[in-house]
Amino acid sequence: MTALAFINARLLDPASDYDGPGAVLVEDGRIVDVAHGVSTAPDGVEIIDAVGLCLAPGLIDIRVRTGEPGHEPKETLKSAALAAAAGGVTTIVVQPDTDPAVDDPAMIDFIQRRGAALNLVNVRAAGAATKALGGERMAEIGLMDEAGALYFTDGDHVIANSRTLMRVMSYATAFNALIACRPADPWLAEGATAASGELATRLGLSGAPAVAERIGLERDLALVEQTGVRFLVDQISTEGALETLARARARGLEVAASVSINHLCFNELDIGHYRTFFRLDPPLRAESDRQALVEAVRDGVIDVITSAHTPAPAEDKRRPFAEAAPGAVGLETLLPAALSLHHEHGLDLLDVLRPLTHGPAALLGLEAGALTPGAPADLILFDPAAPVVIDADALRSKSKNTPFDGRRLQGRIQATFVGGRRVFMT
Amino acid sequence: MSQAARLAETIKERLVPFPRDHFLSATDLNPPAALALCDLADAFVDLSRSDQKTLDLMRGRTVVNLFFENSTRTSASFEIAARRLGADVTALSPRTSSVAKGETLIDTAATLNAMKPDVLVIRHAAAGAADLLSQKVGCAVINAGDGRHEHPTQALLDLVTLRRAFGDVGGLTVAICGDIAHSRVARSNVALLSMMGARVRLIGPPTLVPGDADRWGCEVFHDMREGLAGVDVVMMLRLQLERMDGALAPSTREYFRFWGLDREKLAWAAPGAKVMHPGPMNRGVEIDSDVADDPAVSLIQDQVEMGVAARMAVLAALSERRGGAA
Repeated sequence: MTALAFINARLLDPASDYDGPGAVLVEDGRIVDVAHGVSTAPDGVEIIDAVGLCLAPGLIDIRVRTGEPGHEPKETLKSAALAAAAGGVTTIVVQPDTDPAVDDPAMIDFIQRRGAALNLVNVRAAGAATKALGGERMAEIGLMDEAGALYFTDGDHVIANSRTLMRVMSYATAFNALIACRPADPWLAEGATAASGELATRLGLSGAPAVAERIGLERDLALVEQTGVRFLVDQISTEGALETLARARARGLEVAASVSINHLCFNELDIGHYRTFFRLDPPLRAESDRQALVEAVRDGVIDVITSAHTPAPAEDKRRPFAEAAPGAVGLETLLPAALSLHHEHGLDLLDVLRPLTHGPAALLGLEAGALTPGAPADLILFDPAAPVVIDADALRSKSKNTPFDGRRLQGRIQATFVGGRRVFMT
Repeated sequence: MSQAARLAETIKERLVPFPRDHFLSATDLNPPAALALCDLADAFVDLSRSDQKTLDLMRGRTVVNLFFENSTRTSASFEIAARRLGADVTALSPRTSSVAKGETLIDTAATLNAMKPDVLVIRHAAAGAADLLSQKVGCAVINAGDGRHEHPTQALLDLVTLRRAFGDVGGLTVAICGDIAHSRVARSNVALLSMMGARVRLIGPPTLVPGDADRWGCEVFHDMREGLAGVDVVMMLRLQLERMDGALAPSTREYFRFWGLDREKLAWAAPGAKVMHPGPMNRGVEIDSDVADDPAVSLIQDQVEMGVAARMAVLAALSERRGGAA
C-alpha cells in the first residue's frame, strides 16, 4: 500500500488536546507519523494538500440502528455504512434490536462479517444484554464478548426486573464487559409520546415525566455500585438525571454517559404542530434540559455523543403523532449538527469532537479516535464553517426521517478515510 | 491371628467416640477428630474390600434414613454403611408419608423419637432443618444435606479421599469450582479443608459465587485460568441446569466454555492435579467426560467408595459415644 501524507491541515486531536497546523503520514492503513506545526512530507508519497480544512479522527457512533436483519426496507448495513461514510463516521456500532435480535455469538459474527464485506466503514456490534431483549434471561455475554461485541444493551428496552439487571451486571464483571442502559422507570415512561409538560398537555399527548429518567438512573446506579460493573448511562436527556449522575460521580462511582445529538439540538417546542419527525425516544425535553445537556458536553460530563440513528420509513412516520414510529436518522447530519455547539454555544472544537471520537474509543477500547502513530488511519477532512442546508431527500439512508430537514447548519465533510482508504469525497 | 481378626482389631483400636452428640456441620469436627475418623475410614475401606465386609459394631442399633429430598446415592451410601456395621436400617420417604399430609418437621421428629431410633440421618431442602431436628430427638442426628447450608459427611469423605491420594492435605491448594452460592458441599468443604490446613479457592461466575465469600477465608476467582493456576485439586460442583438458562448463567454452552473443566483448563493446574466431583455429574456442562473418566486424574470413583467408609466411620463413632453395640 502506498503512503499518504496530509499536509497544510488544521489538526484537531481531542486525544492529545492538539488544535493546530501539522501533517499526518499514513502507511499501510495506519498513522505512522504526526508532525505538529510542520507541513512537509517525505518524498515518494501521495500528498493531500488540505489547506483550509480540518483533519480529525473519524467519528465513532456507538448507537446506530439498522434494519438488517429483519427490516431491510428501513435500512441495511450497506445503506447505513454509506450514510456513515458520507457523514464522516468511520466506525458504527450496530444496535442489537434487529429481528432476530443480536443475542448470540453467531449474530455478532454475522454483523461483523457483513459489515467487513462492504469495505466502507468499520461495522461493529453491540450484543443484547438479555435474550431476545426480553428483559428476563441474560444473553450469552461471554461468548458474544469473545466474538467481538463491544458492549451489551437492551437498547430502548428497559430491564424492568431489578434482580435480572443485577445478575446481568454481576455476570458481566467476569468479562469486564460494558453494560449500557437507558435510564427510565418503565411504568412512568410507558406509552408516553412526548415529554410531560404544558406543551404535551395542550397537544393532548401522553407525557413521560422527566422524573421517570431520574428514578431509572438512581436504580441503575445503585446496582452499578453494588456489582462494580463497567457502565454507560445511555441517552441521558434530562437535567435531573444529570444531577443524579453528578452526585454518583462525586461519591466516586465511575460511569460513562452518552447523549443523543437530537437532545442537544432540539427541545419539545420543535414538535410544533405534531411534527412526527420530532417524535423521539426519549422524547424531546424542555429547553432547560437541552441547555443543561449542552453545558454537560462543554464541561466534559458527557463521554459520548451519538447520532441515535433510527431509520423509520415515511409510512411509519406519516401517522398521527402518537402512532408514529419514534426516532430519527442521524449519521449524515451528525457532524454539522454537533458543530452547532461550536457555532451557537461557543464550545471549543476539541470539546465538540472529543465525545464523537476519543470518548467512545476510550470507552470501548478501540484503537481509533486519535491522531496518534499506530492508530488506524480513520480520518476526516472537513470545513467546519462551510454552510450546508440539510436535504432529507439527498440522504443515503434508506429512511429519510431527519428532523434536520431544511435546517441551515455549518460544517461539510470533504473526505472520509477508513484505514487510509478514501470511502467518501464531496 | 487371621487377616479378618487383625482388621477387626485395628478398627477397635481406631474407634473413638464422636466429638459431639450430632454431626450437623463440618465445624462439629476438630483436626484430631477428623484425622481419627479418616484413619477409621481407611480401615473400613479395607473391611469393605475384604470378603467379610461386615462387623457388628452397631448390632441392635436402629438407623433411620429420613430423606425429604430425592437422593439415590447418599441414602444408599448411608444404608450400606449402616448395614455393614450390623445396624437395622429403616428408610422413610416422607413424600408418601404423613409429611405429605401436612405434618410439620417437629411432629415428624416427635413421632420418630417415640420409636427410639439410635441415629437419624436427615436430608431436607431447608437450611437448619437437621439442627432443628437434633433439638427435638433423643438420638444422634446426621445432617445428610440441609438446603444450601451443609453436607458434612461429603466433606469428610472428600478429606478421606484427598488424604489417601496426597498423604496430607495440609499445604494443598484446592479449587472449588462452579455454583458455590447454592452448594452445601462447598460450604462444608471450605470449613473442613481450611480447618485441616489446606488453602481453598472458589471459582465461578459472579452470579454463582456469593459476594462475601472472600470473608470465608478463601480466595475468590471468576476466571478459571487465574483460579486454577498451581492448584493441586480441582473440586467441581454439580450445576442445577434450570439455573443455566439465563437466570444465573446464559446457557450451558457458555458455562462450559468459561467454567467447565476440560483437558485444556486442567492443564492450568499444578502438574499431577486431581479432579473431584460430588456427583451426579452433568457431563459436558461442568465437566468433560474426557477428564471425569480418566483414572490418572479423576478421584470421582474413589469418592463414592470413600463415601461408604467415611459414613461407616461417622456412624460407628456416634454409636460409640452412645455406648456401642446393644
